[in-house]
Amino acid sequence: MSGECITMAHGGGGRSMQRLIQEVLLPAYGNPATDGREDQALLPWNAPEGTRLAFTTDSFVVDPLFFPGGDIGALAVHGTINDLACGGAEPLALSCSMILEEGLDIALLRRIAESIGRCSRDAGVPVVTGDTKVVARGAADKIFITTSGVGRVASDCRLSSAQAQAGDVVLVSGPLGNHGATIMCARGDMALQTGLRSDTAALHRATARLLDACPETRCMRDATRGGLAAILNEIATASGLTIRLQEGELPIDEQTRGVCELLGLDPLYLANEGVFAAIIPATAADRALHALAQDPVTRHARVVGNVSSGNPGLVLQTGMGGERMLDLLSGEQLPRIC
Amino acid sequence: MKYVDEFRDPQLARRALDEIVRLADAVRKLRDRPLQIMEVCGGHTHAIFRYGLQDLIPPSMEFVHGPGCPVCVLPMGRVDDCIALAQTPGVILTTFGDAMRVPGSRGSLLQARAEGADVRMVYSPADALDLARRHPDREVVFFALGFETTMPATALTVLQAEREGIHNFSLFCNHITIIATIKAMLDSPDLRLDGFLGPGHVSMVIGTEPYEFIAQHYRKPMVIAGFEPLDILLSLQMLLEQIHSGRCEVQNQYARVVARRGNDPALDAINSVYELREFFEWRGLGSIDASGVRLRSTYARFDAEQKFSVPSVRIPDPKACQCGEVLKGVIKPWECKQFGTACTPEQPLGALMVSSEGACAAYYRFGKRRSLSEEPATI
Repeated sequence: MSGECITMAHGGGGRSMQRLIQEVLLPAYGNPATDGREDQALLPWNAPEGTRLAFTTDSFVVDPLFFPGGDIGALAVHGTINDLACGGAEPLALSCSMILEEGLDIALLRRIAESIGRCSRDAGVPVVTGDTKVVARGAADKIFITTSGVGRVASDCRLSSAQAQAGDVVLVSGPLGNHGATIMCARGDMALQTGLRSDTAALHRATARLLDACPETRCMRDATRGGLAAILNEIATASGLTIRLQEGELPIDEQTRGVCELLGLDPLYLANEGVFAAIIPATAADRALHALAQDPVTRHARVVGNVSSGNPGLVLQTGMGGERMLDLLSGEQLPRIC
Repeated sequence: MKYVDEFRDPQLARRALDEIVRLADAVRKLRDRPLQIMEVCGGHTHAIFRYGLQDLIPPSMEFVHGPGCPVCVLPMGRVDDCIALAQTPGVILTTFGDAMRVPGSRGSLLQARAEGADVRMVYSPADALDLARRHPDREVVFFALGFETTMPATALTVLQAEREGIHNFSLFCNHITIIATIKAMLDSPDLRLDGFLGPGHVSMVIGTEPYEFIAQHYRKPMVIAGFEPLDILLSLQMLLEQIHSGRCEVQNQYARVVARRGNDPALDAINSVYELREFFEWRGLGSIDASGVRLRSTYARFDAEQKFSVPSVRIPDPKACQCGEVLKGVIKPWECKQFGTACTPEQPLGALMVSSEGACAAYYRFGKRRSLSEEPATI
């Protein structure tokens, strides 16, 4: 099927669609349990009494489709795994549904499918079911992907944003803002040449390590859209507490800082695709950091702030000694004029 | 990061602050109200909030956040004109990012884009010219705004378009000038300012000489300041030293960027492309004489206002807005009746809530906690 492009026939339910599934998608996903012949996947459920099912879904639209460090396929796999992982779930399986624009190069689709397969195998979380639709040219932008995922949550796991308590500390698992800065530069609008790479990664092994070492973890959230500032605002609101970050402790790579300085952006509001924040009791901080240091994805984890009683909200203690509120953004972050 | 971290050194900041406190104490004994220092430039307002500097200065002095946010001071009628241009068939309207959200009387460019207008965010007018090269069948209009800081880039882009014979590129010119604006504020009867932090990047273009009248005629001290926290603190210290010793001078703290005579090639480009308008309408401040520029008749073919028909309807500021009083330091942002209720960053009513550099938006976003906690508790 090389050199071909997607036509309306590939979504028509006939031979073309069968070929697309059999020759492009299934081999790329590389999951022998899925032969594409049934309308559903059957999963074994070997779990102790009281185990709960975690279920999540996420849609992925990104421009450009490929960027340094990842692509839309990697985001689709990692994003859903991370949503499960941050709820304390052990991810079991994914679905992958695609909306393709007529005219999409099949070689491009194959690359994306192979990335999905590679990321899901690396994570040990198979794609077990899926769907493909084709829409007329202009009705979608090349490809939209929706993945859903299921996972197992142990009966004693009680993670919740409302569990944060005064005296807890805030931990972040890695450098902030790299994905957002990478995408902004990869779009080419800004004509900036950088060596930045997206941080897209599956976090479930790191979150499992953290929960093993520190079962008293209050909550975990992956810092995707809206960045660290958005999720910590949500935790502050849910718990009714003040979260205070120390500017000097925030891990931000030099290149991301540079892009933000140039464009007038705040890295705390940029998206991450492989970073989570956790609220843990202060007494557990050393244990937690030691556990996360064992995983390559979270080896730069650090404590960046604390939780205290007071007005619910997120405050940044600046390096100068002043303070400022980190509120939710009114819309997307836009570069400033001067 | 080199050339950045040096200007954010907490220990040096501490030293400057100690000196500021000492001087402010000495000055306070001679006065019955706090010193009001206006930072003219929106970039300074942003930096003051970003680093929390307003919490660090002694209570005997306060910042008054000036009119230097070009996005904030754009009147609604001009935004409406811009949207009309964007909706003209065949037009690609290009603009800086933060101009996208400025509300006109019937929405913003972001909303116009959602409704089908081809509005694109660019980082430089040169990118807009490049779009014109790549789309010879379309008309590319650049929404030019800003003080003298951004004028040279748009002027040079027009000159480049002329050299290349590009006919499908034009400017919707909303550039404004700093000197006329400061003069209008100084002439205002309710003005109570004690000194100015001068705009760093405007001064990089125009130099320090044009400000001399502020010290000589109006007897107000000014220090041209850079945008890093240490720049601002050091400039405050210099201002206080002037006030303490009774001097009124224009000093240049930002000497690593600003030359006394400004930047000749930039000024040449501005002068060859633009001429002063008799007056220009400002959101919050009303009409100010000679405070805006337009394209000279030689470059009329690059002037979107001449090339297309724009409605040019004057829309008065909402009556409830007290932006002008906030801009002049007569009231604080949170003392405006609309602050945080009818006027929020999501639904801005007044100019100063529009851009993140606007004083009200900055207070709302960065300082909400402080202003709320200062209010007496209600039962």
